[in-house]
Amino acid sequence: MPSAPAGTLYRGREGMWSWVAHRVTGVLIFFFLLVHVLDTALVRVSPEAYNAVIGTYQTPVMGLGELGLVAAIVFHAFNGIRIIVVDFWAKGPKYQRVMLWVVIGLFVVTMAGFAPRHLMNVFGGGH
Amino acid sequence: MTTTPDLAAPRASYDRKKVTRSNYELYGWIFMRASGVVLLVLIFGHLFVNLMVGDGVHAIDFAFVGGKWTSPFWQVWDLLMLWLAMIHGTNGVRTIINDYAERDGTRLVLKLALYAAFTVVVVLGTLVIFTFDPCPAGSPAELLPSICFD
Repeated sequence: MPSAPAGTLYRGREGMWSWVAHRVTGVLIFFFLLVHVLDTALVRVSPEAYNAVIGTYQTPVMGLGELGLVAAIVFHAFNGIRIIVVDFWAKGPKYQRVMLWVVIGLFVVTMAGFAPRHLMNVFGGGH
Repeated sequence: MTTTPDLAAPRASYDRKKVTRSNYELYGWIFMRASGVVLLVLIFGHLFVNLMVGDGVHAIDFAFVGGKWTSPFWQVWDLLMLWLAMIHGTNGVRTIINDYAERDGTRLVLKLALYAAFTVVVVLGTLVIFTFDPCPAGSPAELLPSICFD
């Protein structure tokens, strides 16, 4: 294998950083998915075992983690659509930068809908 | 001077099939896009029903999951989500391993671990969805979904 090339292929700006964010969020989501299938599998052990573990998902710290997870999923989902459009629409590459700002706008709107609702559930009264 | 340069004839005509051993990576590339669109719908639906409706994350317990999985609709939904997300995620991590792990041995070990995790999680998840008993005998009634008492 050749070692690191001289110079760099990384170009910065919207194109590179959206690619970096897509990788980082993808890996985060994948590792959560592995854990999430294992915790859900506890329904096969006993109601008590499942409720004990899922109860830890309802603490404030985990609640903030869930907010981060949903943020990662929403970005990955919308940016994934942008990647598909860049690949299949003839003018996609020309508009990839403006489409990233559309992705960020949709991300903000979606999180503005989700975050207050989720934080009320996590920090609100009861339970 | 108008002499034509004397060029040797090419040894063989350009034949793309000779260098392309299989279309494996092409199908992977298409799968990432097709499954991605389906996963957007499945996962947004999953998050909406489990985190937005009612008491959100506070409402999730054994009875909640048991109630959902008595419906074939949610069984199929979750099964599709499990398989598509695991294949999509495993292929994504495979790409990242190929990009950053330079030594052959490192790539081999990381990918073996990845494929082992894939197999365990997909088999376990599939078994759980289909062998799940919402009303296990001897469990306290207050922990069970309402369908156990109909």
